[in-house]
Amino acid sequence: MTEKLEILRQGRDSFLTTKIDAVVNWGRKYSFFLYPFVTACCGMEFMSAAGPRYDLDRFGAALPRFSPRQADLLMVVGTISHRQAPILKKVYDQMAEPKWTVAFGACTCSGGPYNNYATVQGIDTIVPVDIYIPGCPPRPEAVIDGLVKLQQRVQATPGWNKPHHKEIEDLSLPIIEKPLP
Amino acid sequence: MVTAKKLEPGGKSDLHTDHQILNMGPSHPATHGTVKIVLEIDGEQIVDMEVMVGYLHRGFEKECESGTWYQAIPYTDRLNYNSAILANLSFCMAVEKLLEIELPHRCLWVRTLAGELSRMGDHLTRLGAACLELGAMTPFLYGIEARELVWDLQEMLCGARVTANYIRIGGLQRQVPEGFEDRMAQSLMRIEQLLVDFDKLVTANRIFVDRFRRTGMIPAQRLIEYGVTGPLLRAAGIPLDLRKAEPYLVYDQLDFDVPVGTIGDNYDRFLVCQEELAQSIRIIRQCLPVLRKTRGEPVDVDDPKIRWPAKDRVFGRMEELIQQFKGVTEGVKVPAGEAYSAIESANGELGFYIVSDGTGKPYKVRCRAPSFMNVAPLREMMLGGMLADIVPTFDMINMIGGECDR
Amino acid sequence: MAVELLERVGELLGDAVIDSHARLGDATVLVDAGRIQEVLGALRDSDLRFNVLMDLTAVDYLGRNPRFEVVYHLASVDTEPHGTDPARLPHRLRVKAGVLEDPCEIGSATSLYVSADWMEREVWDLYGIVFKGHPDLKRILLYEQFEGHPLRKDYPKERRQPLIGPLN
Repeated sequence: MTEKLEILRQGRDSFLTTKIDAVVNWGRKYSFFLYPFVTACCGMEFMSAAGPRYDLDRFGAALPRFSPRQADLLMVVGTISHRQAPILKKVYDQMAEPKWTVAFGACTCSGGPYNNYATVQGIDTIVPVDIYIPGCPPRPEAVIDGLVKLQQRVQATPGWNKPHHKEIEDLSLPIIEKPLP
Repeated sequence: MVTAKKLEPGGKSDLHTDHQILNMGPSHPATHGTVKIVLEIDGEQIVDMEVMVGYLHRGFEKECESGTWYQAIPYTDRLNYNSAILANLSFCMAVEKLLEIELPHRCLWVRTLAGELSRMGDHLTRLGAACLELGAMTPFLYGIEARELVWDLQEMLCGARVTANYIRIGGLQRQVPEGFEDRMAQSLMRIEQLLVDFDKLVTANRIFVDRFRRTGMIPAQRLIEYGVTGPLLRAAGIPLDLRKAEPYLVYDQLDFDVPVGTIGDNYDRFLVCQEELAQSIRIIRQCLPVLRKTRGEPVDVDDPKIRWPAKDRVFGRMEELIQQFKGVTEGVKVPAGEAYSAIESANGELGFYIVSDGTGKPYKVRCRAPSFMNVAPLREMMLGGMLADIVPTFDMINMIGGECDR
Repeated sequence: MAVELLERVGELLGDAVIDSHARLGDATVLVDAGRIQEVLGALRDSDLRFNVLMDLTAVDYLGRNPRFEVVYHLASVDTEPHGTDPARLPHRLRVKAGVLEDPCEIGSATSLYVSADWMEREVWDLYGIVFKGHPDLKRILLYEQFEGHPLRKDYPKERRQPLIGPLN
């Protein structure tokens, strides 16, 4: 015991070697600052997931930031209509790198039960998506599962200082001034 | 919108007094629906405002028209997602009105219980979220904890936490499971405890009272003109509750009170909602003995054209299999005509106006959404008020995006 | 009850009533669309006291003439306070008026009922029925760039008009 304390005191054992990617990503994955883009029903389950019983705080993703500038995880919770779509795109563009997107619920994944003139058929037609959480609305357990999968993904991302969303340029289509017939 | 006021030369104040235009929403933490409010403010005071709804318009009516009558029920869930069962109930009651059918005794009691459970979920969310948006996290956690208990029971009833899809045309999705009544009785006790804790935390809290008292007021007569119903109207002193005014289900056999406010400010609205929670618990307590007594009785109408037979018979017999097949593929044949049926939902009168052309598909499903009607007077409530008062007022209006924009 | 109500409404409105029925207990009158403001005003101000316009919508009967039907749901709410007794809802009435495809317009009820404001905007938005005399008739649920009126039966359900992104 005293020998161990002596080692610690001298600082001989108080460092470790790792890759910078690994340590930065390790920090990132346990400190998500999420921007809840809550529009619809899924917001109720999002409240539950953040609430006392399921407690997203355990995964370091409890603190919602309501400014996109301060957030690095965009949670799109609920149906996105065509009227809402430019706003979502704007919020996403305002977020600083590195940033991740979670499609929360069936409507954001694929349009869900809605397939008509008003709804967007999946937010991946507007912004890039990292994790899809299915369900209408997904249970909090599914949300936690999705979050853990996102953490694994973040940990495995190479190049800590490079923007990892290469596809943004491909997706950023011009705003259509006049709707197509 | 008025243009900014010009500064008078030689005026008393040399301060800059231009009016400012401020956008609130459509993605704003305090607008738990998606709504955009364009404000014209003079310092902190609201000079003019415009409320823009429609950011969650999902084509509810068009979707309903494209499916069968049964397929419309899940869409009604997603109108007011806080109290899905009440929306199911209103829609199914409208269809049953067209079909002119009598429901079994037990079905009515279970529906009443399920509806009140749903109403509790809605009020708990409203009260909890109101506190959260004023910056009080702890009461929100109490509200959510109580709502989890409500949702556990809802899950036991119908297998889903939020979007219940429980009420069927001419019956229920399934029988009440074993042991439900006992669990319900236990949960109610726990919910009551949580409500007491919530009450102690919030109701007499000075900061809370200051932000709710005398804000968002509007004369009761104006509310009537705006077509506002529900807790908002009751808080202004008009005791209109469809459960008493036009009793449906078994509400005429139940003993409950309709709480009313006096001046109709946000604090009154808050207290009315709190009392309605207590009344819902009271109603559920009266339903439980009936549920115990009638266990085993049918909950569906005995008509395979409307409510197809139970699964064990479908898989065992030819005729029932055909009935189920026809029921699913062609849908219920609702006689041609029109009907309007309304219930008291957590936000007010939730009505459905349906038109049938005699085929298996709805010709028109119109939802008279209380949220839509209740948001309209927001402008008048807030004129002359302070910017910060929008948040409690908006919370107490409880605009639910799905229902408001459909 | 609905039948007696219809008799009184018939006396009050006279020849403005084209048709009436009380099927399923819903008192319904079909009135002359040109006189809708007069009809609603009479119903509001008479002793029947229909003081709430609960609902306003339209139905598109494609292929029928007149093509549209604007449907008003009126209710009479007791506004007098009476202690702890719950307010009664003495009666409801459904008023319908046919609207042609061209000109697709009807008088606005905003001067009579404030609640008509948003509902008329919604009907204009989704059905394209113009309410003459409405102070600010513009889209409410959809966006300004949207062309056409989606709840008309001849509007295809999946015809999208996105503001951004591909036509999915």
